[in-house]
Amino acid sequence: MNSIDEIENSLVEDFNTFTEWSDKYEYIIDLGKNLTLIPEQFKIDEFKVKGCQSQVWLKPEYKDGKIFFYADSDAIITKGLIALLVKVLSGQKPEDIVNSKLNFLDKIGMKEHLSPTRSNGLSSMINYMKKYAEVYSKK
Amino acid sequence: MQSGSKILKFDVDKLRSQFPILTQKINGKPLVYFDNAATSQKPLSVLEKVYEYYTTINSNVHRGIHTLSEKATIEFETAREKSRKFLNAISIEEIIFTKGVTDGINLVAFSFGEKYINAGDEIVISEMEHHSNIVPWQMLCERKNAKLKVIPVNEKGELIIDEYKNLLSEKVKIVAVTHVSNSLGTINPVKEIIEIAHSRNIPVLLDGAQAAPHLKIDVQELDVDFYVISSHKFYGPTGSGVLYGKEKFLESMPPYQGGGEMIKSVSFSKTLYNELPYKFEAGTPNIAGAIGMGSAIDFIENLGYENISTYENELLHYATDKLNEIDGMRIIGTAKHKASVVSFIINGIHPYDTGSILDQLGIAVRTGYHCTQPLIDFYKLPGTVRASFAVYNTFEEIDRLIEGIHKVKKMIG
Repeated sequence: MNSIDEIENSLVEDFNTFTEWSDKYEYIIDLGKNLTLIPEQFKIDEFKVKGCQSQVWLKPEYKDGKIFFYADSDAIITKGLIALLVKVLSGQKPEDIVNSKLNFLDKIGMKEHLSPTRSNGLSSMINYMKKYAEVYSKK
Repeated sequence: MQSGSKILKFDVDKLRSQFPILTQKINGKPLVYFDNAATSQKPLSVLEKVYEYYTTINSNVHRGIHTLSEKATIEFETAREKSRKFLNAISIEEIIFTKGVTDGINLVAFSFGEKYINAGDEIVISEMEHHSNIVPWQMLCERKNAKLKVIPVNEKGELIIDEYKNLLSEKVKIVAVTHVSNSLGTINPVKEIIEIAHSRNIPVLLDGAQAAPHLKIDVQELDVDFYVISSHKFYGPTGSGVLYGKEKFLESMPPYQGGGEMIKSVSFSKTLYNELPYKFEAGTPNIAGAIGMGSAIDFIENLGYENISTYENELLHYATDKLNEIDGMRIIGTAKHKASVVSFIINGIHPYDTGSILDQLGIAVRTGYHCTQPLIDFYKLPGTVRASFAVYNTFEEIDRLIEGIHKVKKMIG
């Protein structure tokens, strides 16, 4: 498993090759299509991320000192955004997740999507993931 | 200008030059602003009026004996008179300045509710109401132990009038429905709705938020008991609106909020309330907002409602026809009478995705529930995409929307 920094860097490299916004979006949409989905029985309120215009479910699983995330959304762009986070944070140690700065989002031009008032819920998703990680980092 | 417009009485290009915001680029593309049902853009005449107010006569109204205060009061009261004429109310006593429709409905739900609603009474609203014409009544029902009854809609997005008639029991104390649906564009048969309610001595409140930008409102002709509008929906500033109420009701209703302006005299043993309309206007009002709203009224009247609705109808029909040509397109809300609002969903594509990609193309639409969650739930949808047209929109912009939707389908479908 690569470190968070390594994965972030490789994502930034991928995005640097795109000149058109639509390439970025298509990449994100593809990420969404390949996301490891949350099993249907966990698509319940407990695992729902609030603050998104579309529905987003996110379930963590703690295994061998690492946290794995499974997610889904009914909107494909939102699903791509959560997939982006899952790609970076899933399989990492709780304390690394807590400490991650996720600077890559700025570098790939997604900073404007990060404001808490954006209805895509990206910042809610990050808060969610970090909150889970925090719980496990204290264990 | 596309040749499609046959009866255009004004020059759209010239009109657009009065809206500086429309000339900007969004995400590198010329802005197409189709979120007019959320809020309209403001013409220079309105912006200049607000600027002029703050730079020349800003001071508090109704109090000062100094020159500026008198000038501000005259302008403020002139805006009230314009609003009276705009709605064709009988007198300025019936024109209460508010923050907007939400504020107006809350005022009526509170003050009318205090006076006229008792335990076991019923309030009739409809399934297509904006949350602001649902929640204040729900709060009243909780406070008074009253019941909310809901007029259902049919698949086309029209109120089912027979069901409405059945709801009007002796317990019903007020009917509150929207004049025009914000999410579907349906123009409701409000005259008929009022006549039916009045035949049973039930007063009616109409939510005119979406009607005022498109239709001439005549409260006397409608014989409506309460009518609420928001300035920002019809080319005026935000945070400003009007509650029209028949004097007999306003007179008998207790004040909504206490404070300055709404009092005649105050002592610790007894406070006497001011006359109408000031009884309902506690605190320093949004003076600039009201004056700006007055200018928005001038703007609309200069254009003329007939010209506005003729042109907007052409935009609506053009958009509807073009959208219907797209595979997998479903227009939500196909009522016979519609204002220039078109809500749609593309099969298999979440409205959020459509809206996000359109935004990248510089096209501003609204996606989601449009603050009408019960209505969207009725259609069992995750939301819709809504394009709403104003008088400054063009056929070319609709072509851009159609192109944008093809792009969405290519990327996501």
